[in-house]
Amino acid sequence: MTKKKVIVGLGSCGIAAGAKKVYDKFSALRESEAADFVLDKTSCIGMCYREPLVEVIDENGSWLYGDIDEKKAVRIFNDHIVKGLPVEKLIVSREGMDTPDNEFLQGQVKIALRDCGKINPESIDEYEAREGYAALRKIAAEKMTGEAVIAEILESGLRGRGGGGFPTGMKWKFARANQAEEKYIICNADEGDPGAFMDRSLLEGDPHAVIEGMIIGAYAIGATEGVIYCRAEYPLAIKRLNIALDQARERGYLGKNVAGIEGFNFDIHIKEGAGAFVCGEETALIASVEGERGMPRKRPPFPAEAGLWKKPTNINNVETYANIPWIINHGGKAYAAYGTEKSKGTKVFALTGKIQRGGLVEVPMGIPINDVIFKLGGGIQNGKKFKAVQLGGPSGGCIPAHLGDTLVDYDSLNATGAIMGSGGMVVMDETTCMVDMARFFLDFTRKESCGKCTFCRLGTKRMLEILTRITEGEGEEGDIEKLEELAYQVKDSSLCGLGQTAPNPVLTTIKYFREEYEAHIREKKCPAKSCKALLTFEIDQDLCNGCNVCFRNCSVGAIVGEKKKAHYIIDEKCIRCGVCFEKCKFDAVKVF
Amino acid sequence: MRIKRLHSNGSEKVLPEAVDLTLIDPVIEKYKGKKGSLIPLLQGVQSAYGYIPKQAFLKLSEETGLKLSDMYGVATFYAQFRLKPVGKHIIKVCHGTACHVQNSTSITESLEESLGIKNGDTTPDKMFTLESVACLGCCSLAPVMMVNEETYGKLTGKSAANAISEIANRETVNS
Repeated sequence: MTKKKVIVGLGSCGIAAGAKKVYDKFSALRESEAADFVLDKTSCIGMCYREPLVEVIDENGSWLYGDIDEKKAVRIFNDHIVKGLPVEKLIVSREGMDTPDNEFLQGQVKIALRDCGKINPESIDEYEAREGYAALRKIAAEKMTGEAVIAEILESGLRGRGGGGFPTGMKWKFARANQAEEKYIICNADEGDPGAFMDRSLLEGDPHAVIEGMIIGAYAIGATEGVIYCRAEYPLAIKRLNIALDQARERGYLGKNVAGIEGFNFDIHIKEGAGAFVCGEETALIASVEGERGMPRKRPPFPAEAGLWKKPTNINNVETYANIPWIINHGGKAYAAYGTEKSKGTKVFALTGKIQRGGLVEVPMGIPINDVIFKLGGGIQNGKKFKAVQLGGPSGGCIPAHLGDTLVDYDSLNATGAIMGSGGMVVMDETTCMVDMARFFLDFTRKESCGKCTFCRLGTKRMLEILTRITEGEGEEGDIEKLEELAYQVKDSSLCGLGQTAPNPVLTTIKYFREEYEAHIREKKCPAKSCKALLTFEIDQDLCNGCNVCFRNCSVGAIVGEKKKAHYIIDEKCIRCGVCFEKCKFDAVKVF
Repeated sequence: MRIKRLHSNGSEKVLPEAVDLTLIDPVIEKYKGKKGSLIPLLQGVQSAYGYIPKQAFLKLSEETGLKLSDMYGVATFYAQFRLKPVGKHIIKVCHGTACHVQNSTSITESLEESLGIKNGDTTPDKMFTLESVACLGCCSLAPVMMVNEETYGKLTGKSAANAISEIANRETVNS
């Protein structure tokens, strides 16, 4: 009989939800009960809404348990591991079993995330057992030339997954064409987009895939040195990358004559970013790697001609590199079979916000947004109404519910005013105020503007001031027009992507939710009941039975009243956090 | 990434604290003379002290030849670097998009209220520093805060304040 295997999902998200304690519990049980099972760890499985996740593999296959804590871990141990009786109540997904969570996995095509949640990211053996480094060995064995590799990538139609959508093969071709003694290849892992964690999950879950993609890229363009520019806020990703790099060196995938290819010398090191959103822009990233302030530089010259230390440099994003080994193994054609005419393959999204099943999904390009939200994501939390989805973070835009049949591909999304972006997909319901959303993103870009271009530096500040005024009930007629005018000026007069796209959240919300702006300005009302300055909370004296719940939950002591008698809200003390409104079981708290 | 950048308004004259400058010798040794090493140097200094003391800037400049103005430029550009000492426990409230739509603002407000400090500041007893971060990447647990290495998810203003007062209580018991 084969040994049972217990795999605990130990990604950042899982650990935050308590997965480490679950892992330690299993470890302690194995020790104290002298139980004979294999305990392993993996990273993000994608079902963030069910973390911590535990997978048990026995002679009947795989059983995925969700929402596990230490208590439930003991139960799984006693019933499933010792007695061989799966705890059906806790199962979230299993082949052949009808669980609501199966829907989350159906419709997904995992190429970039092929190993995430399947392997122990700290084990090169487990990676190699699943086609790991096979692409690199194939290149060595078949003596593929750099041109042949690039041709394969061109055929796949892969476009940059960081947001720009520039064809990866073309980028490589340019970098290859420039002759130089030294060339660099950089992995942009400075995922600064709030509400996005695709790159983090990939680096934590399958670091070797990214490294192998970079090695192949280096071979194709003739690079001698690689840099992974990773956010310092991702300590686990950096730790696992370092482990993976050491392992790859040991196996000869990095260093001199990589994978036995004569004369191909290449190594990778990690550079920790210090926290600046603008460093996602490639010339700013290069400046940062050189130790300077991360301010974008004028292009041309493009990095492919003169990048890091003025040498030809190729920069791609984490997800782009993770796709490369799969494309080499299975052929560009197989990759291009997924997706639409101009957007090939798959895209990873971080599905978050007011969604039932939030997590990491990988879907083929061309899938309608509604399918992602309602089929995979299971719709909106608490039975509320779907209002809009925000794509592309601070550079992107909001797509309203009535455009939910828009296809997820570069061109269809651009046509709405949003962008594909790096893959943040934040779902909003009727309680999200779109003016506040625009203000939120502008606040972000205003702080993150490096200050080089006047329009970006001052324009975003002025726009933010207007938006803040509107959300505080001080909006005036003409504000919307002024915002639009400024938006186009910022777009047209900024050097880099940050400024050129910063007004997108404002422009798309004005385009699709103009009436919300008008309600704020003319009626001084927030239709979503979210802008605090425009709200008043009151307790309906007839409905309140004095249960004390609001009183106990109020963090500022703005609620007074004797137990079992109607309570009151002291308006001057109230910070309008809305907790009383949420907690009241009798609908006695009214918002005006 | 921190989205609230800290600016010193100059009014708070921090007395130069006694700083053991030998702590950063290994960092200087490691990066001295290497190109593009300014950021790793500053990161190394910050990990030794929790912030970058003025004396450390001076020492770096002396030993590596880097210009003070360049260092200060970089240190104030990136959100990671701090120029003021921080409290024992650093509270990072996530203000990413997912947390924002789940009302993370109320978490910060409630903590400001209960700690009696503004966002970005440190309590007078040097116990807590309250900060905002752009995204902790635990979007499905939103709203989220991180205290030291521990992450707290699905918060309300009240539960966040409670978690902090629990830590404060533990500190009082210990001392």
